[in-house]
Amino acid sequence: MSLIHLSRLLFAAMAIAWVAAATPPAFAGPYEDAVAQFAEGSFADSEEAVGKLVASGNPRAADIITALQDGRLYKDEDTKLVFIQAADGKISNAATGEAVAALPDNASKVRLNNKLRRTVEAAMAGLTLLSPDLDKRVQAAQQVFKSHDETMLPTVEAALKAEKNAAAKQAFAEARAAILLFKSDAADPAKLDAIAVMKARGDQDALALLTAMPTEQSAAVTNAVAGAKASIERSLAIWSLVQNGWYGLSLGSVLLLAAIGLAITFGVMGVINMAHGEMVMLGAYTTFVVQEAIRTHYPALFDYSLLIAVPLAFLVAGAIGVLIERSVIRFLYGRPLETLLATWGISLLLQQAVRTIFGANNREVGNPSWMSGAFDIGQITITYNRLWILCFTLAVFALLLAMLRYTSLGLEMRAVTQNRRMAASMGIATSRVDALTFGLGSGIAGIAGVALSQIDNVSPNLGQSYIIDSFMVVVFGGVGNLWGTLVGAFSLGIANKFLEPFAGAVLGKIAILVLIILFIQKRPRGLFALKGRAVEA
Amino acid sequence: MSMLETRSTSAMLYLDGVHVSFDGFHAINNLSLTLEPGEMRAIIGPNGAGKTTMMDIITGKTKPDKGEVVFDGTVDLTKLDETEIAKLGIGRKFQKPTVFESQTIEDNLLLALNVDHSVRGTLFWRRSNDESERIERVLDIIRLRDARDRLAGSLSHGQKQWLEIGMLLAQDPKVLLVDEPVAGMTDVETQQTAELLREINSHDKTVMVVEHDMTFVRELGVKVTCLHEGTVLAEGTIDDVSANERVVEVYLGR
Amino acid sequence: MTPHILTRSLDRGAALFLVVLAALGVLLPLLNLLTPESSALHVPTYLISLFGKYVCYAILALSIDLIWGYCGILSLGHGAFFALGGYAMGMYLMRQIGSRGVYGNPVLPDFMVFLNWKELPWYWYGFDMFWFAAVMVLLVPGLLAFCFGWLAFRSRVTGVYLSIITQAMTYALLLAFFRNDFGFGGNNGLTDFKDILGFNIQSDGTRAALFLLSCLALAIGFLICRAVVTSKLGKVLIAIRDAESRTRFLGYRVESYKLFVFTLSACMAGVAGALYVPQVGIINPSEFAPANSIEAVIWVAVGGRGTLVGAALGAIVVNYAKTVFTSGPLAPYWLFMLGALFVAVTLLLPKGIVGTVNAWLDSHKPPPTDAADSAAREDGVIQPKPAE
Repeated sequence: MSLIHLSRLLFAAMAIAWVAAATPPAFAGPYEDAVAQFAEGSFADSEEAVGKLVASGNPRAADIITALQDGRLYKDEDTKLVFIQAADGKISNAATGEAVAALPDNASKVRLNNKLRRTVEAAMAGLTLLSPDLDKRVQAAQQVFKSHDETMLPTVEAALKAEKNAAAKQAFAEARAAILLFKSDAADPAKLDAIAVMKARGDQDALALLTAMPTEQSAAVTNAVAGAKASIERSLAIWSLVQNGWYGLSLGSVLLLAAIGLAITFGVMGVINMAHGEMVMLGAYTTFVVQEAIRTHYPALFDYSLLIAVPLAFLVAGAIGVLIERSVIRFLYGRPLETLLATWGISLLLQQAVRTIFGANNREVGNPSWMSGAFDIGQITITYNRLWILCFTLAVFALLLAMLRYTSLGLEMRAVTQNRRMAASMGIATSRVDALTFGLGSGIAGIAGVALSQIDNVSPNLGQSYIIDSFMVVVFGGVGNLWGTLVGAFSLGIANKFLEPFAGAVLGKIAILVLIILFIQKRPRGLFALKGRAVEA
Repeated sequence: MSMLETRSTSAMLYLDGVHVSFDGFHAINNLSLTLEPGEMRAIIGPNGAGKTTMMDIITGKTKPDKGEVVFDGTVDLTKLDETEIAKLGIGRKFQKPTVFESQTIEDNLLLALNVDHSVRGTLFWRRSNDESERIERVLDIIRLRDARDRLAGSLSHGQKQWLEIGMLLAQDPKVLLVDEPVAGMTDVETQQTAELLREINSHDKTVMVVEHDMTFVRELGVKVTCLHEGTVLAEGTIDDVSANERVVEVYLGR
Repeated sequence: MTPHILTRSLDRGAALFLVVLAALGVLLPLLNLLTPESSALHVPTYLISLFGKYVCYAILALSIDLIWGYCGILSLGHGAFFALGGYAMGMYLMRQIGSRGVYGNPVLPDFMVFLNWKELPWYWYGFDMFWFAAVMVLLVPGLLAFCFGWLAFRSRVTGVYLSIITQAMTYALLLAFFRNDFGFGGNNGLTDFKDILGFNIQSDGTRAALFLLSCLALAIGFLICRAVVTSKLGKVLIAIRDAESRTRFLGYRVESYKLFVFTLSACMAGVAGALYVPQVGIINPSEFAPANSIEAVIWVAVGGRGTLVGAALGAIVVNYAKTVFTSGPLAPYWLFMLGALFVAVTLLLPKGIVGTVNAWLDSHKPPPTDAADSAAREDGVIQPKPAE
């Protein structure tokens, strides 16, 4: 045991010397000798070779040791040459890295036994802890943090001393602290320091380590552990609130996106459009078609597929919206219940049309690279697609507000909503405005479909799942008020996510529906209701 | 505010310091008005003066932000809803004639009769002789006896106005609020309406008439209140009010 | 003189409807039971069940017409009351299975054994007794409608707002009934029924009897609706439909009227569901789907709302069309048909079939004499205004 220990120390120290000096490894002698020693055949030789290899600091050392570990390292005892067989079967000379056509006939595997395997593992950990690649070093440190393997302590300490990068230094310090927590012969002050490090880290893993610590400790250590655990639990509780808040914002942005077009058609025009969800669906299918076209013709443009799909989805859904308004809805103004039924019929037609063209199954819509992946803030993970959707939603909302306020169409729309007869007598073509307003609402639903295709299944039923939620948002926020829709969407989203941990996803949703039904009793016209005689009409 | 106490007045309708605003717009502003039992009052005022909103407040459709609205000296109307107020005996004719268009004239009157209005009462209702007689009487008064089986929706504008007045009669309230009763009527009809209202008033009914038509108001020959921007601008005989400088200013523009 | 409540409910159209219904209700089961299978007159059992299903749908349509056609309440959640009635009946049928289930547990239905439940949840108590289930068929939908309506009508939620929250109501129930731990069989619902009141549920005789019962229920439901709409209460309902606020100013408590008719309608829907379940042999959460409720509304629109007879006919016609379409090569086009039906009826035939025929008859009959006109007035067939 102690021998292994010593040898590890040795590798570490030597490797550190190399890392610290950062000199390029160009010495031919020791490295070649080390590689050639694998060809000797005995376990002892191999073990010695591993040691020398690490000490050599040659960048190819890791490849060779990995190959040994995986049983892909071959030796030719006659020529003293050593070969690596890559995972894909290609052969190369281990020492030089030159490709070799085939293994010599008498080549055989360099064998491993348990003792050698342990040496190899330690060497690997040492190698990666000291890897020139920052990510690899941090990853190795995290590995040690989880395993808190006592034997790694010297390497970790050495690496910590040599480390320049702050993040990696932090990772090494935490790894060291994790080891010390479990090291029975560590002194109390060292343990107290380690506990402080854990407390500072403050996440679920730190809490788990503190909980798993051996119980026989001095009073000071026990107290410190209890204190640190309480502190971590507190901070975790706060982070979980933050996390729920983020999920809520994310859900709220989805709800807002789905409801925002409805806020125009239902909220501003008073037209109840049950085919609204199908406009969202059309937007999602537009995205699918755009991506298909890009995949087959211009694969390089894939990352821009959503940017291309957004205006197209707006046009497709908007045009269909205008068509619906001109062909059906305009004959039903003032008859909201009939409008409801007719648009429901339209939603069935659109669903079935899409089902006929694209099939009933989910279609694959991919995430562009800038929308995949995630990053951490404190204890929570934020995925890029959710973040982008939130930003996108707010941008669409702001754009819509600006449009209503500053463009002539917006002005005409508001005029027609407030007093149709007066607007008409002032020369506004009210029926044109109706069609355009409906088209705008539908187009925005189409844009929503582009974003929702990133997080939901693109199927003919996509719209169905949003229609009730969208209406709830608009009704809850107050009809005819875009800000109400914004507040409504985010409060429903956040309320939903805060209910979920207690009630579960489905019951949470049911609870929200029941709460909205009760809320509508109290305030039949929503959170931000318009008052006055004009509303009664 | 602090001086308010439950007071009992002899008035049939008593409005004091009533305020209503819609989204910052003051529709009714410190409005005070009293109608004595058996009085008929004409309310005039330009568009947006708050005439209809005042009726909304009295009938419970709109709740005042503050102020007192007392019926028959004791009943606080701000605490009641439309149904309760109607049951107390306050009837209303709307500015735009509102009759049940898909039902016959007779059924319109039948619905208006102040008999048992409970669900059970109407479900097991059978017409009594008394009810039939009352309906016949009203049909005579509003001169729609021959049209009794026609759908109300097929009536002319003026006839609808009369039907609605007939519904008020069938309702037999203590107070009648009549909003623009002669809009769309011929001169003869207007005169007949004035006579009818005077006739109703002579049977000890309190009547409040909102009207633009000055000939008609003159015809009524009663005390006139002029509203402007939700408050009382002038009160008195028609001659006094029409001579009032501020009234002239409001009507003719500044 | 006002005619008695029963005679008043019956005009010629209504009488004709009842006679046809009675004839079918008796004739079809007889043709099924008494003629040999080889006979040209034989009506196969599957058709009896299919027609039985249509009749249940007709009852549901009737209940929707009562509130929509006469009171202007467009419920997009009536499928929920239908399904609740169905579940109440389904629970009785489940308990009748007894130890004949796959797991042979004498008390627990199979799905509970499968979920490792040890005892019957309290809300399943009593459903082994038919009378109790029968009471629940009326009580559960009625109570839900009463509570829901009390909240909604009191705060004057009307028009599309009401439609949307009724849809949310049935959607919430859909989600709830999909859950296994809700105790109603989750996704699969209740099925594999064996017998009802001791009769084998699969036998021809039971099927025929259920069909007859459904026709009877439709007739009774129809008579109740007629009695309601031809009473003075019916006039109040129409007044509410056409000018709700005006009705209030006449001193009617509008919310009480709506609540009464909404609850009555929900109970009818519950009965329809209860008769439906033994004839189709299954009840599952999909009956709560919002789409089902809206589809039921279109039956009424097709037949003609505010006519009662039209609602029943509409349900039968549309569902017959659905059966024909979905069982043939045209199956993929059924949803196109249904969607087009929604659009076409609202745009081109707002009065529905019966309403349009009535209007045509009215315009082609001689100028009304006093008697004929008063008959027309009493028949309660009053065309709704297009706007609400």
